Amino acid sequence: MGKLSWSAVPLGQPIPMAASLFVILGVLGTLAVVTFKGWWPYLWREWLTSVDHKRIGVMYVLLALVLLLRGFIDALMMRSQLAMASGGAQGYLPPEHYDQIFSAHGTIMIFFMAMPFMVGLMNFVVPLQLGVRDVAFPVLNSVSFWLTASGALLVNLSLVVGEFARTGWLAYPPLSELQFSPGVGVDYYLWSLQIAGVGTLLAGINLVTTILKIRAPGMLYMRMPVFCWTALASNLLIVAAFPILTATFGMLLLDRYAGMHFFTNDGGGNAMLYFNLIWAWGHPEVYILILPAFGIFSEVIATFSGKPLFGYRSMVLATMAIFILSFMVWLHHFFTMGAGANVNAFFGLMTMIIAVPTGVKIFNWLFTLFQGRLRFEVPLMWALGFMVTFVIGGMTGVLLAVPPADFQLHNSLFLVAHFHNVIIGGVLFGAMAGYNYWFPKAFGFTLDKRLGQVSFWCWLIGFYLAFMPLYALGLLGMTRRMQHYADTSWQPYLIVAEVGAVVILCGIIATIAQLVVSIRTRETRRDLTGDPWNGRTLEWSTASPPPAYNFAAMPQVDGLDAFWEMKRQGLLVPREQYDSIETPSNSANGFVTAFFAVVTGFAMIWHIGWLAILGMACAVVTLFAFGWIVRKDAEISGEYLGAVERARLGKSELA
Amino acid sequence: MNINAATEFTDGSAQMTAADGAGPAPVRIVVAYGFWIFLLSDIIMFSALFAAYAVLSGQTAGGPTAHDLFELRNVAIETLCLLFSSYTCGLGTLAVERRRMPHFYVSFALTFALGAAFLGLELAEFSRMIGAGAGPSRSAFLSAFFSLVGLHGVHISVGLIWIVFITAQVAVRGPRDFVLRRLRCFSLFWHALDIIWIALLSLVYLMGAR
Repeated sequence: MGKLSWSAVPLGQPIPMAASLFVILGVLGTLAVVTFKGWWPYLWREWLTSVDHKRIGVMYVLLALVLLLRGFIDALMMRSQLAMASGGAQGYLPPEHYDQIFSAHGTIMIFFMAMPFMVGLMNFVVPLQLGVRDVAFPVLNSVSFWLTASGALLVNLSLVVGEFARTGWLAYPPLSELQFSPGVGVDYYLWSLQIAGVGTLLAGINLVTTILKIRAPGMLYMRMPVFCWTALASNLLIVAAFPILTATFGMLLLDRYAGMHFFTNDGGGNAMLYFNLIWAWGHPEVYILILPAFGIFSEVIATFSGKPLFGYRSMVLATMAIFILSFMVWLHHFFTMGAGANVNAFFGLMTMIIAVPTGVKIFNWLFTLFQGRLRFEVPLMWALGFMVTFVIGGMTGVLLAVPPADFQLHNSLFLVAHFHNVIIGGVLFGAMAGYNYWFPKAFGFTLDKRLGQVSFWCWLIGFYLAFMPLYALGLLGMTRRMQHYADTSWQPYLIVAEVGAVVILCGIIATIAQLVVSIRTRETRRDLTGDPWNGRTLEWSTASPPPAYNFAAMPQVDGLDAFWEMKRQGLLVPREQYDSIETPSNSANGFVTAFFAVVTGFAMIWHIGWLAILGMACAVVTLFAFGWIVRKDAEISGEYLGAVERARLGKSELA
Repeated sequence: MNINAATEFTDGSAQMTAADGAGPAPVRIVVAYGFWIFLLSDIIMFSALFAAYAVLSGQTAGGPTAHDLFELRNVAIETLCLLFSSYTCGLGTLAVERRRMPHFYVSFALTFALGAAFLGLELAEFSRMIGAGAGPSRSAFLSAFFSLVGLHGVHISVGLIWIVFITAQVAVRGPRDFVLRRLRCFSLFWHALDIIWIALLSLVYLMGAR
């Protein structure tokens, strides 16, 4: 069984054991409920094997919300440890456990919370906004999702069996080499991210092809909603950046498994090579996350201002400028590593230049709001909170872009405060805005407004309480990733930060309560029109939730804000005749392939040779078997479509 | 911007493309386009390894250097095998478009044989080097060399399995639309491996053997 034995289960350590028990009971409880209620056939048919981009998008977002909880529990543990472990007190987390927690927190929040949230929203919304019936490759889409879910599963498995990396979220060598990290923690990190990374890459290829090749008639590039543009830029970045991550982790894996010398101290290896390669992926990655959020804010602000977006062309241009520039700033993550003054100056300047298109966007949003008829629905509140918070985070970023200042602030809590400022204030606020905005489209009823507001205010206030003290601590000289500190004058700041984390916890609880209350009262909050917000883009022109085929007839697009124009010109009437449609049938390909990917990954982590070969062989056979079967598409008749559309459009006029 | 991709597959008629606002592109264009994007991502993965090789190629840790190890005669034969296999692959795809099935089978059998010969030569070179104490764990240079060239070899192996699979599909299902789409993807894949090999030949072998 390779390295695997009963000692891998952390029986002697109370905190990991309690966490494992909690996770195991949660999973078993869920499985028991599903089995007891007889939901398996429904789940298998409608969700697990679904190739519908909307269902897959919803599953991505669900995965993100679940892992938000896991990542946040890690955060809460770190904040409470640091609120205690001052001076003589050591807190409750030993260093080797604390190191695993901050590594897992970063890995999970970026790869398994922020990424699935954004990919899920893009998956759900982009085909609807483009006025088409699905993505370019529906089965591949399902494979992508399940590979991402496999990675998430492996990361969480490390809680129960073995340990996680203690190397930070990017596993810098030589610390992550076998010599210094002989355990399975780094292997859990590497294999789960390799598997999830392949899923993300395939999802990126799928959405790029969709946006460039599959759009409704008349949907020219300069008529696409801004969210589609930002999705295009984000997915192009995925295609261009994730292969670098795969190659880099591949090299580290070869170092660890085959005794090679890419990044080792001996044999001529070069750890600097790893830093350059990982950040050549890592910096585009932050734009992969933030660009879709910019798109969401553009849609939300235009909709709730009742105005077309100000400066559409400059918004597109700014998006594509950020897309290019994001590949030219990676070195600012390690100014202090001695590349020399000229190199540092170049990358410092490029970093400041990237703030220009971002500033253009902020002004465009401000001018969209200006003299608009604002409706303070929950998505707009997230957008306004974002604009204030993100500008602060952007300014501290420009400060960090100055190499001499960075030499002081590098690896301090100032940096930690900065990137949480832009990732929470930008990506997470964007994800929450999108979640509140498109939820009625996905499920046919709106989310509770009051609890949504509670959630927003808790997150906003909690964020400032939790991270503003960290800016001050960074300036005072506190470095990141400390499990304990001797300077007791830091403790008050860290207690305020702990209070902030608790306020954010209230925000998360309010989000869950919002979901539960909204589901319970869904009959009173049905969206029968398909257009609950008086929207501007095509996703609001179909029913909520949209039928499997999205649009009975593909819309004809004549300009920007296509749906707004249709409403204005009274074009929302059923057509005389509808053509029949072919919709792709379900496929278990993704689920089965991902199952074998988990088996292979687990076997590689624990050096179980025979199981790795078996899992790999089964995955290959699965792919070939599904490649051999000729899939039959289901057909929906034109008469049926006509009846549905006449009923829907007639009803909405009465309402 | 996608005029070239579109006209290649239309039969000369003035068909509008998605960029002109004619609605979704035909499936064969979508599939080939998506596969192209995949190939681009694959080339980026190789470029990361090329970068690693460029950084590490001088780091021999006192072990053998590129000049000591590379045998250009062997590499020349490998190159010929690979380029001819692309030629026969091209002949095969043209044959199937014209429904000349015997030509197709012969061409693809030759493609497989040439690809297998390439792989055999590469493995022989690897085992000779490992036997001489110049294995991948000897130095950073050799780690980068084996990984970069080996990754190309892994792609060739995947290609060989794919040849068998796609030929079997042509034999059983006949030259139907979805089979032809996959055949086109395979031929794109096989030609892309040539592009990578030319870069390997120039940057690794020719510059290394100087």
